[in-house]
Amino acid sequence: MDILETLENLWNDSGFQSFFVNGGWKNLVMIVVACVLLYLGIVKKFEPLLLVGIAFGCLLVNLSYFGPESTDALYHPDLWTNFLDPEHADYHSYGAIMAHGGLLDILYIGVKAGIYPSLIFLGVGAMTDFGPLIANPKSLLLGAAAQMGVFAAYFGAVCLGFTGNEAASIGIIGGADGPTAIFLTTRLAPHLLGPIAIAAYSYMALIPLIQPFFMNLLVTEKEKKIKMEQARNVSKTEKIIFPIIVAMFVILLLPSTAPLVGCLMLGNLWRECGVTERLSDTVQNALMNIVTVFLGISVGATTAASQFISWETIKIIVLGLAAFSFSTIGGLLVGKLMCKLSGGKINPLIGSAGVSAVPMAARVSQMEGQKANPSNFLLMHAMGPNVAGVIGSAIAAGFLLAVYK
Amino acid sequence: MLDTLLIAAKTIDKGREVSIGEAGVTAIFGYAVVFSGLVVLMAVLYITGAYFKSKDEKAAAAKKTAEAANKPAPTVAAAPVADSAKPVAPGSAGHVKLHDVPDREAAMLMAIVADKMQKPINELHFISIKEVKD
Repeated sequence: MDILETLENLWNDSGFQSFFVNGGWKNLVMIVVACVLLYLGIVKKFEPLLLVGIAFGCLLVNLSYFGPESTDALYHPDLWTNFLDPEHADYHSYGAIMAHGGLLDILYIGVKAGIYPSLIFLGVGAMTDFGPLIANPKSLLLGAAAQMGVFAAYFGAVCLGFTGNEAASIGIIGGADGPTAIFLTTRLAPHLLGPIAIAAYSYMALIPLIQPFFMNLLVTEKEKKIKMEQARNVSKTEKIIFPIIVAMFVILLLPSTAPLVGCLMLGNLWRECGVTERLSDTVQNALMNIVTVFLGISVGATTAASQFISWETIKIIVLGLAAFSFSTIGGLLVGKLMCKLSGGKINPLIGSAGVSAVPMAARVSQMEGQKANPSNFLLMHAMGPNVAGVIGSAIAAGFLLAVYK
Repeated sequence: MLDTLLIAAKTIDKGREVSIGEAGVTAIFGYAVVFSGLVVLMAVLYITGAYFKSKDEKAAAAKKTAEAANKPAPTVAAAPVADSAKPVAPGSAGHVKLHDVPDREAAMLMAIVADKMQKPINELHFISIKEVKD
């Protein structure tokens, strides 16, 4: 055995040498990014359930994929490029992915087919109490207003040179709803999934830092102190009928929202109907956790350095922040308008909860309200616009899908 | 390898190009669609809410009438209403007897117990709370 030759072969096969050829330095940058995301998830507790998985997926792909020759990689972006190329023999061939893909390619099929976001919505529906929204249907106006960021970022993205499909996927970051963003992006601009998912989840985690700035800017101290009347009691029958009505209405209005809204409302019906506790418990806990594992790691895998490090990613990160900011501003402005029209009965702070991010955005409204008036309890009032925002962002996604499908 | 990557980049379908004017119209129209969709949903919720509210009011009125009809005529001055006879707050599981414990402390204890048990407080029924003195 020629020891020197063996050592040379080992070195050539190793990932270490790949860092020094063909732009391998980009992988090193992404490994640092993955470590930063792990730090934010574990130490700072920013959306840890998803961020830790996404960060580790990012780490795994950038340790194993250095270009199309990386046959041992866990994820192969080039296979997915072929999958999307109408002129390639492997166009829309899941068989080719199963035959040649790595572990993360196979898990990613669930993202590509829109299965994970819909299953996550099933769990979200089972965990959500729509009572505050049913008790105060005006909350839906705030949920609609807070979609302003979606369309502002969409417009901004077109101005920055993105195509309509890409701009729509970037805009939906403003919906502050991870599964909806992933669902829409996999359908309209799958090549941007990595940066969009990272931006959406990062900004959702940063809501307690982003929103108070606009709350202090737009809402007066007097308005912040407004105490809201307790909402009426909602009967069980109303809670059971609600998901059926919403599913029928929204799916008939925008059929493309069926996977998301259908799963959200089915999960909620299981929660409320009182005869399916076992199913409700399973989708809230076991299923939700399993899907979160798959979703996090496979979304992280889309951050292969060769595709992720680009000017487009930086533009998406900036547009994502603009989307969140405009959504917060939209909710607060309509909150102020409703405050004026109701003769000061509505605290405008609940408007910012119209961006989905359940229940983080509602908690921020509660905290800011209590800072101004320690005896103020806005949480339940803010939950109305908060869950309305989930429906609003699904409708916004459905609209964009209908335009660009 | 770089050539292969460039070829791959070229073949990705990035979607339809749109002009800034078209994007502006789409954005305004989209925002209007979201608003109008949720306004219609709001109207539907108000209608169903009003129906259930009137149904609940009718049921409550009928219950009150039935109770009044079954109640014997008072012969002596009515005694002060006992705690257990007072109406229960909406969502409450019932009354709790307090022995040497102020309301505020009792509320705090119940909240702590609910938190430790990971159960909503309205699903727990506290019978009584008593201060244990050494």
